[in-house]
Amino acid sequence: MSYSDKVIDHFEHPRNVGSLNKEDAHVGTGLVGAPACGDVMRLQIQVSPDGIIEDAKFKTFGCGSAIASSSLVTEWVKGKTLDEAATIKNTEIAEHLALPPVKIHCSVLAEDAIKAAIADYKAKHSPSKDGQAAE
Amino acid sequence: MTHLPANDQPRPIYLDYQATTPCDPRVVETMLPYFTEKFGNPHSRNHMYGWEAEEAVEKARAQIGALIGASDKEIIFTSGATESNNLAIKGVAQFYKEKKNHIITVTTEHKCVLDACRHLELEGFEVTYLPVRKDGLVDLDQLAAAIRETTVLVSVMGVNNEIGVIQPLAEIGALCRSKGVFFHTDCAQAVGKIPLDVEAMKIDLMSISGHKIYGPKGVGALYVRRKPRVRLVAQINGGGQERGMRSGTLPTPLCVGLGEACRLAQAEMADETQRLLALRERFHQRVTAGLPEVYLNGHAEKRIPGNLNLSFAFVEGEGLMMAVKELAVSSGSACTSASLEPSYVLRALGVDVEMAHTSLRIGIGRFTTEAELDFAADLLIERVTKLRSFSPLWEMAQEGIDIKSIQWAEH
Repeated sequence: MSYSDKVIDHFEHPRNVGSLNKEDAHVGTGLVGAPACGDVMRLQIQVSPDGIIEDAKFKTFGCGSAIASSSLVTEWVKGKTLDEAATIKNTEIAEHLALPPVKIHCSVLAEDAIKAAIADYKAKHSPSKDGQAAE
Repeated sequence: MTHLPANDQPRPIYLDYQATTPCDPRVVETMLPYFTEKFGNPHSRNHMYGWEAEEAVEKARAQIGALIGASDKEIIFTSGATESNNLAIKGVAQFYKEKKNHIITVTTEHKCVLDACRHLELEGFEVTYLPVRKDGLVDLDQLAAAIRETTVLVSVMGVNNEIGVIQPLAEIGALCRSKGVFFHTDCAQAVGKIPLDVEAMKIDLMSISGHKIYGPKGVGALYVRRKPRVRLVAQINGGGQERGMRSGTLPTPLCVGLGEACRLAQAEMADETQRLLALRERFHQRVTAGLPEVYLNGHAEKRIPGNLNLSFAFVEGEGLMMAVKELAVSSGSACTSASLEPSYVLRALGVDVEMAHTSLRIGIGRFTTEAELDFAADLLIERVTKLRSFSPLWEMAQEGIDIKSIQWAEH
């Protein structure tokens, strides 16, 4: 397997590794993937009162492309509104990192992680359980 | 895309001796004259060029035989262990098909054995794929129970290429002989690593590879027993070389190289075994002293000295290989294969899929040094620790969450 320079850069110098308090009302957590499939991503977003993602953290179990994809999306979501963040597409991630075809699923997982984190945040702030609306 | 490090970067430390080995310089030395001044066709009977090439090939044949307790007349040269396995399995099955139609092999065999058996199934043969125990070894009672009146051949590898475990060849050989079944063993990873004796182990056919034993790539051999005689259908037709079992002009330099590699293995096996065992134990202890949750795959003692297969829990194998790019190792992780399935060998042992994803194969050999392994161990400790700090599974495990209790959406 060969990697693009961008994948190597994110893998060797991952941005925003870490954890936010998942019990915090301002934090949305997305946990996607499965250990049996060889990749699990956890993306967390911290949202300001005016609906801007002001911080993001990730932890990922997976190959270099999976780690790079999740590192990249923490950079991309910061400063965006929830609606803006929800428009990030796996194809943009794959293109930016020059992922080969067998690694496209890593970018799909990263998109899923963003959506899951947003859904979790929205569920915390909705009286009804409409958190699934973002799925 | 970066395939290779830039020229100013040092080459990674080679720890993948089960994939291939470098040719021993002494082997190369013995081969060289047969590319240039002694270039004759060993099958040319009418002049000196042919005679000297034939003499060299026959000497090599005897050297190969000597390493496994066989006569030179029982050694057939091939292009490698894949061809040897195909010739042994298909050749024997096809020759005796009027009388018997059943073959037994094992789920952890090399792909070329499994694929040859699959091919025979398409031709109408019946094949039993035996499971292995948790330690990777064949259960002899299960094997005995699987043998039928119609069983023509049992094929069990000597040493597994991924986990390095040594199968009980003498016991399997005795069982097969008592039941009148031919015993073939793929010894690509066993020859030169453990003592082998086709008489004592009652082996009827044995596949041998050149490049796994510090010989050249592109050459191998098949031992075919003469008494009692084992017959097979040739898979390559032509001029009838190799007693009609494998036509084609012999590649003299490669044959000479394989012979010399066998001679060196025989002379040095005892010392090399001691040295590699000490190196492997030192490395293994250093890694496990520095890291929790590292698990050995395969039997702890019944394995060749040059192999370790370790699962570094909570760290995915391909990501780990990328993190230790200073080392040339291989992984049983799905991401390293085209199939996206983790190692079928580890799965056959009952290793959990998630643990199979975290495995690394570390293969050491003749040219591995203690300093290289100390560096490798320290690097693994540092990088696994770093990757675990990125791993949500490691964090959950530290918090006491059972990862198996979570409903994962498998994709």
